[in-house]
Amino acid sequence: MVTNIDRYALLSLLDQGAVVLDVLPESEYGSGHIPGALNIPLRGLDAEAVAGLHRDKPVVVY
Amino acid sequence: MSPRAACRLEAFGFEQVYDYTPGIADWKAAGLPIEGETSETQLVSDATRPDVPTASPDELLGAVLDRTTDAGWDEALVIDCDGVVVGRLRSAAWEQNRGLRVEEVMEPGPTTVRANAALGPLVERMEKRGTALVTVTTPQGVLIGVLLRTDAQQLLTGESPEQIWIDCDGCPGRWKAR
Repeated sequence: MVTNIDRYALLSLLDQGAVVLDVLPESEYGSGHIPGALNIPLRGLDAEAVAGLHRDKPVVVY
Repeated sequence: MSPRAACRLEAFGFEQVYDYTPGIADWKAAGLPIEGETSETQLVSDATRPDVPTASPDELLGAVLDRTTDAGWDEALVIDCDGVVVGRLRSAAWEQNRGLRVEEVMEPGPTTVRANAALGPLVERMEKRGTALVTVTTPQGVLIGVLLRTDAQQLLTGESPEQIWIDCDGCPGRWKAR
């Protein structure tokens, strides 16, 4: 089940090594994103795009 | 967009999926760092001072006065237990009885701005209104710091805000509003 979080929860998850995925278009990602965030635009978000990510680690999307 | 992405990740077998629904706008508004090609537009966060003295509403004014003047400031912000700005103490309040509580003399509900607001237009408004300082908060009202107009003006002209801190009253480490 997906959990909606606020900034404080995000900061806590970052401390725990969460992966952050920016699903905005590449141009928006390029104009500023959360440090360390990976960019996989929504339209390209498929099983192949996330194949390299650990499924047992927390993942945060925005 | 992010709810759909989160659902897809779950479908792909991810066990712990979180959706930061407030998104990058909230992150920027809180003054947190970003990576990437930053806009050439200078933001309020570029000149915000986080070290403004704070007080709680039930503190005695005398204690706040001592702490504030020791830090080289002539005003303080009043925050609640969650860090939300609820008032402002200007120098005029210091003339009151030191035994009064902060909430009795503070100015409630000071004007606030977001850290990701464009600096130039804000400074223009501050100049027109003769405002020397504005409070910078998150969208939820939690204190980030204060923006001094003199800092912002210097930054916009390419000078370091730290120079203003020194030049403003000729006494390094102290600042006085113009």
